[in-house]
Amino acid sequence: MNGIHDLGGMHGFGPVNPEPDEPVFHHEWERRTFALNLASGFLGRWNIDMGRYTREQMPPAEYLATTYYERWLYGLERLLVERGLVTAGELAAMRSTERAQGLKPMTIGELPKMLRNRRAARMDDHLAAPRFKPGDRVRTKNVHPTGHTRLPRYARGKLGVIDRDHGVFILPDEHARSGTKVPAHCYAVRFEGRELWGPDAGRRDAVFVDCFEPYLEPVDDPGEPPR
Amino acid sequence: MSDHHHDHDHEHEHDDRPGPHGAPLTDLQLRVRALESLLVDKGLVDPKALDALIDTYETKVGPRNGARVVAKAWVDPAFKQRLLSDSTAAIAELGYIGRQGEDMVVLENTPNVHNVVVCTLCSCYPWPVLGLPPVWYKSGPYRARTVIDPRGVLREFGVELPDDVEVRVWDSTAELRYLVLPERPAGTEGMTEEQLAELVTRDCMIGVARVESPRR
Repeated sequence: MNGIHDLGGMHGFGPVNPEPDEPVFHHEWERRTFALNLASGFLGRWNIDMGRYTREQMPPAEYLATTYYERWLYGLERLLVERGLVTAGELAAMRSTERAQGLKPMTIGELPKMLRNRRAARMDDHLAAPRFKPGDRVRTKNVHPTGHTRLPRYARGKLGVIDRDHGVFILPDEHARSGTKVPAHCYAVRFEGRELWGPDAGRRDAVFVDCFEPYLEPVDDPGEPPR
Repeated sequence: MSDHHHDHDHEHEHDDRPGPHGAPLTDLQLRVRALESLLVDKGLVDPKALDALIDTYETKVGPRNGARVVAKAWVDPAFKQRLLSDSTAAIAELGYIGRQGEDMVVLENTPNVHNVVVCTLCSCYPWPVLGLPPVWYKSGPYRARTVIDPRGVLREFGVELPDDVEVRVWDSTAELRYLVLPERPAGTEGMTEEQLAELVTRDCMIGVARVESPRR
């Protein structure tokens, strides 16, 4: 979706403000929100792409006016209701009317295994043959899906070169919509700064975007690489 | 500066538990407490597991892990080779594996190429080697500007790059997680791996800082 989360290239945000000796969390509620998100996610009722898509749907003005963990809290409350773990009435009253059936909370004993899991979005490489190889010229599609996508607006309809093939991964777009794991090659695609931003961009600047194969079209013209 | 400076700061740690001054709970604190109670009563989460999750990411996982990876790459050419060709496996040799670091890519900074990492769409970050991201990494300014004005952002962090140095910005739009291997600074010959790791900061491994030479 062309959401407010897609910030790349926007002006007007002002300087980056690093905080010296920043703590991991600034408030107790941030600690709990972080942990509640992970622990609820481990129940398996939604995947990471559904989680991102839900946060992306926060109303734009609210998104900009809130902090990171407030967006996590928003997404968690929505998912709990949408995925049937909590009723809307329970959430509004913040009171349980019935214990969840057929679900077991993650225990401390299970935690190390969950956190040290080494396979998440990666799929077996034999599930899809690559359409592109390093050095190939590609153009990203000019698409504006209303659902979830990981192709940022600034990189749509742009010429780039395949830098490397990361292998086969779950396509987030369909994963967010239906939960189906569609295998797709994911490539690091190199875009020259001037291709993305025009003549004001640095001559020696490049942006690498991880692009899933369905985001890309081949460019047959064997001309000079875009500079 | 008085000797009590540190203690004094600690008292004023950002925290919205009712403190020594009896500050009231904020709306957010109340809401999150209520939500936690609801989920515990529903039998969906175990508060002890929540405590353990917080403890893991607040005290056990953090940028010291990544610093050890960098220092090892500086002193062990064979490890560096493995780190650049199969980053996930090489990092796993040091025991750093798992959530938000399942598929790692290490980017080597050189005198001619400077890499910097951002996530414009959310705040993807390599947790097993760097811990949870700082607020500025998740902020609008960093996410908006790094892709369009990388040199301006780097300048704000104190990194001034000559025009002939190529800047490569990596937007973490998929499930690959990036770690920058910074250049080893001059004046570190003869230092041990442990001493080198002390020099490596989180920001160097995101690509917004250089590793400083040790102070004499």
